[in-house]
Amino acid sequence: MDRIKIATVWLGGCAGCHMSFLDLDEFLIDLAGRVDVVYSPIIDVKEYPEGVDLCLIEGAVCNEDNLELLHQIRARTKILVSFGDCAITCNVTSLRNLLGPKNTDQILQRAYVEAADTNPVKPGLEGIVPRLLPKVRPVHDVVPVEHFLPGCPPPAPRIKAFLTNLLDQTPALTGAQLKFG
Amino acid sequence: MAAKTLTIDGTQISAENHTSILQAAKEAGVKIPTLCHLEGVYDVGACRLCLVEVKGSNKLMPACTTRIYEGMEVTTDNERLQKYRRMTLELLFAERNHVCAVCVANGHCELQALAYELGMDHVRYDYCYPKWGVDASHRFMGMDHNRCILCQRCVRVCWHIEGAGTKNVSGRGSKSHIISDLNEPWGNSTTCTSCGKCLLACPTGALFHKGDTAGESLRDRSKLEFIVNAREKQQWTV
Amino acid sequence: MTLNDLQETKAKELATRKKIVLRCCLAAGCISSDAKGVKEQLVKAVAEAGLQDEVEVRGVGCMKLCCEGPLVQADPSNALYIKVTPDNAPAIIAALKGGKVALQQADPNSPFFTKQEPIVLANCGLIDPERIESYIAADGYLALHDAIVEMEPKDVLDAMVKSGLRGRGGAGFPTGLKWGTVAKSPGARKYVICNADEGDPGAFMDRSVLESDPHAILEGMVIAGYAVGADQGYIYCRAEYPLAITRLQKAIHQAKRLGLLGAGIFESPINFNIDIRIGAGAFVCGEETALMASVEGKRGTPRPRPPFPAERGLFDCPTLINNVETFANVAPILRRGVEWFAGIGTEKSKGTKVFALAGKIQNTGLIEVPMGTPLRTIVEEMGGGAPDGGKIKAVQTGGPSGGCIPAQHLDTPVDYESLTQLGSIMGSGGMIVMDETTRMVDVARFFMEFCMDESCGKCIPCRAGTVQMHHLLVKLLAREANARDLAQLEELCDMVKNTSLCGLGQTSPNPVLSTLRFFREEYEELLQPDPHAVPQLAAKP
Ligand SMILES: Cc1cc2nc3c(=O)[nH]c(=O)nc-3n(C[C@H](O)[C@H](O)[C@H](O)COP(=O)(O)O)c2cc1C
Ligand code: SF4
Ligand code: SF4
Ligand code: SF4
Ligand code: SF4
Ligand code: FES
Repeated sequence: MDRIKIATVWLGGCAGCHMSFLDLDEFLIDLAGRVDVVYSPIIDVKEYPEGVDLCLIEGAVCNEDNLELLHQIRARTKILVSFGDCAITCNVTSLRNLLGPKNTDQILQRAYVEAADTNPVKPGLEGIVPRLLPKVRPVHDVVPVEHFLPGCPPPAPRIKAFLTNLLDQTPALTGAQLKFG
Repeated sequence: MAAKTLTIDGTQISAENHTSILQAAKEAGVKIPTLCHLEGVYDVGACRLCLVEVKGSNKLMPACTTRIYEGMEVTTDNERLQKYRRMTLELLFAERNHVCAVCVANGHCELQALAYELGMDHVRYDYCYPKWGVDASHRFMGMDHNRCILCQRCVRVCWHIEGAGTKNVSGRGSKSHIISDLNEPWGNSTTCTSCGKCLLACPTGALFHKGDTAGESLRDRSKLEFIVNAREKQQWTV
Repeated sequence: MTLNDLQETKAKELATRKKIVLRCCLAAGCISSDAKGVKEQLVKAVAEAGLQDEVEVRGVGCMKLCCEGPLVQADPSNALYIKVTPDNAPAIIAALKGGKVALQQADPNSPFFTKQEPIVLANCGLIDPERIESYIAADGYLALHDAIVEMEPKDVLDAMVKSGLRGRGGAGFPTGLKWGTVAKSPGARKYVICNADEGDPGAFMDRSVLESDPHAILEGMVIAGYAVGADQGYIYCRAEYPLAITRLQKAIHQAKRLGLLGAGIFESPINFNIDIRIGAGAFVCGEETALMASVEGKRGTPRPRPPFPAERGLFDCPTLINNVETFANVAPILRRGVEWFAGIGTEKSKGTKVFALAGKIQNTGLIEVPMGTPLRTIVEEMGGGAPDGGKIKAVQTGGPSGGCIPAQHLDTPVDYESLTQLGSIMGSGGMIVMDETTRMVDVARFFMEFCMDESCGKCIPCRAGTVQMHHLLVKLLAREANARDLAQLEELCDMVKNTSLCGLGQTSPNPVLSTLRFFREEYEELLQPDPHAVPQLAAKP
């Protein structure tokens, strides 16, 4: 069997899920023996490649870049995993949805103008900073997703159990192996 | 006849007359998922998680409010029931704003626990993002409507164990919400004895002790049962 | 009051009746287009013409052809004037003298009237609902006398069973069986409740009966009380019906004064009191257990059944709860005989049903037809079909709990079983006709919004499920939904139907399910392609 091509992506999230992934410690070495990491914030590849077997997606769909990348991922990947609460429930990233349809203006104003110590200005340069979507959406609301691994972040042992299960083709996590928050 | 025989998931058991399916199943070691049920107060059949199939009835029956009868055949678990239960949970998660990562009940929440138990690992419905506030007016307790699942446990313990009658439900449909007195800030309530029983009863992070960290918010529900047993059965020891 | 007194009252009332009667509809519909002004001017015109001794101007209840109101009908000529204004009064009086007049008239011999079989509405539009004598003159309270003085409670129960009457509040539960259960349930106190909460959008049958013939309801309730052994009754009427409430209050007062209600009815040891309870406009309070909670002064939310009200109802006592129209059938059944009643209608649905005919149809108003009448007779012959030569597309029955019956099924007879088979229900009697311009997904969305707003919020499937179903329908109408969304909608319909606590939630998916059944293409037309339609579930690395 060919080596399995794995990707991890970082959409609208805090990178905590990736930190937890790195907490896999020596299991990462085992993993490296079985898979190729073909795209990830921790390796230097610019373009999401074709023919990926498995992709762990951290974060919710928050801006236009997230949206575009996600569609690309779906088209080029066999199995998608919503990795962590933000990808699954939108979690903290979605708190702005509570502010209603005008939330993007409000939060940019708050973060970049009102809370700024120096140079208060809204990021608005077209084509440089991706525009925020009016509503933060969970990954499975945009594209079909095969597996869900909740947690904020999912602790390393659970990531390990999940990946081992998946690689060994045993059923997905249930019961005590699940955990939001 | 004081005892009835019935079948639960194919196993014959007997239970005292007038017990509920839920009680009979529990005695027989069969666990039926519940949310609105709370030992010690009467049942209202609101959450619909405990629905079971009863042979001969084309309707699903809530195990918590349905009494057993001789020869009853109950199915507590099958694919259809599991699907309905998962959907019920998904509806709850989508209805209000549950952000487990920053919730006081994270790790001690019955809603969360049920989601794990029933394998509800994501919500397929659009989240509603309603605007609900937090009532922090009480000296040492708070009510976060964003986390409330309207199980009415707090209402029932407040009326029937504490006897204060502070908590109630106001509004209808998705606008239903728990109020104190005639929709006063909780801290202004003239009836609340600050007994804290509603906190013990709450299955989620909706009612909380101010200043508790998530780790401290574990509910000691045996206190409620203790009070009820003391009152009704004159048992004063735990 | 004795039988003699009753007969004397009747004789006196008939004897003083004038040669000519001008009946003026004073039900809520006509009042809203100044029927009171019409009546005033008629009285004045009669006086000016010096006809006081010959002509009586009588305020009556609903004359059924509501779309043409205010209505005035003359006896004995039978001329039926429509869209009457107060200015028309002199002309109407002139017409009595045989003068030629250019007043708008409707044909009282049109199928709208002739195809009706009035039992419940027998007195509607004929008697003065504010005078008990007018009801007595139409043989009112005779059945009550027979029941209390000549029959044992069990004979009354027997009669109800044999009549085959079924509840008109929606579910069609056999009335005799329900009365029997209450009678048999042990309890020192029992109650009788009349459900006058009528909350279906577009329905006004019960209101018309209450406004036009309130004594018929009182009489039915007292007979029920006698049969089941209750001495207290409540009428739970929605606050939106102020005229019905006023007329009921008047009727209760008059019946008490004559010893037909209260202590010692017909000079027997039988007591029965009736009080009115006013609902605050929640649809769910029409559901029997919610209604009883509301009467008890609690929040009006349903509770699981069993126990059924017949065993444990109001204040935990055995309680008989029936709909307005059900009670209105009681006195006629006893007065005219069980065989007569059982001879009307079909095998399993006896008697008649009142419908509030509305929507895209020529004649809107109140009709009472024998059970088993084909829908086509109702909408095409009686209703006159769609206005402006339009084509009828579907008929909605049963309100938010019901469904849409497509035009190809118009030959369906209206009875409980046939309508259920088509995925609709008889319901309480709302009948909304839709023509080709109606979009069925809109209809489904409208009723779903109604259920969402009216859900009491107690149970999750209804409280949160209706919100999601409504959301999906809105998404569909905005052309933003794909096949996955439609599948999700259908899945939710199934779940909410099977898991909700009370009838409101259990039936809330019906409008969606029935339109999906007959008009699926209208849903599919709105679907958008799904960019990632097939999730590749099977493949694992
Ligand atoms: C949501 C809901 C609303 C209802 N509303 C009414 C109503 O307005 N009037 C009525 O007579 N029955 C209504 N019903 C039916 C009653 O619960 C009850 O079945 C009925 O009053 C029994 O009377 P019957 O046997 O004469 O039909 C409603 C039921 C539900 C579930
Ligand atoms: S109440 Fe429970 S489910 Fe809701 S956010 Fe808190 S921990 Fe999560
Ligand atoms: S603290 Fe006690 S009295 Fe106050 S609302 Fe809670 S249960 Fe009721
Ligand atoms: S506050 Fe807690 S106990 Fe009260 S209804 Fe909400 S979730 Fe239930
Ligand atoms: S089905 Fe709806 S109306 Fe009925 S109890 Fe449940 S929430 Fe209330
Ligand atoms: S526990 Fe039975 S319905 Fe909630």
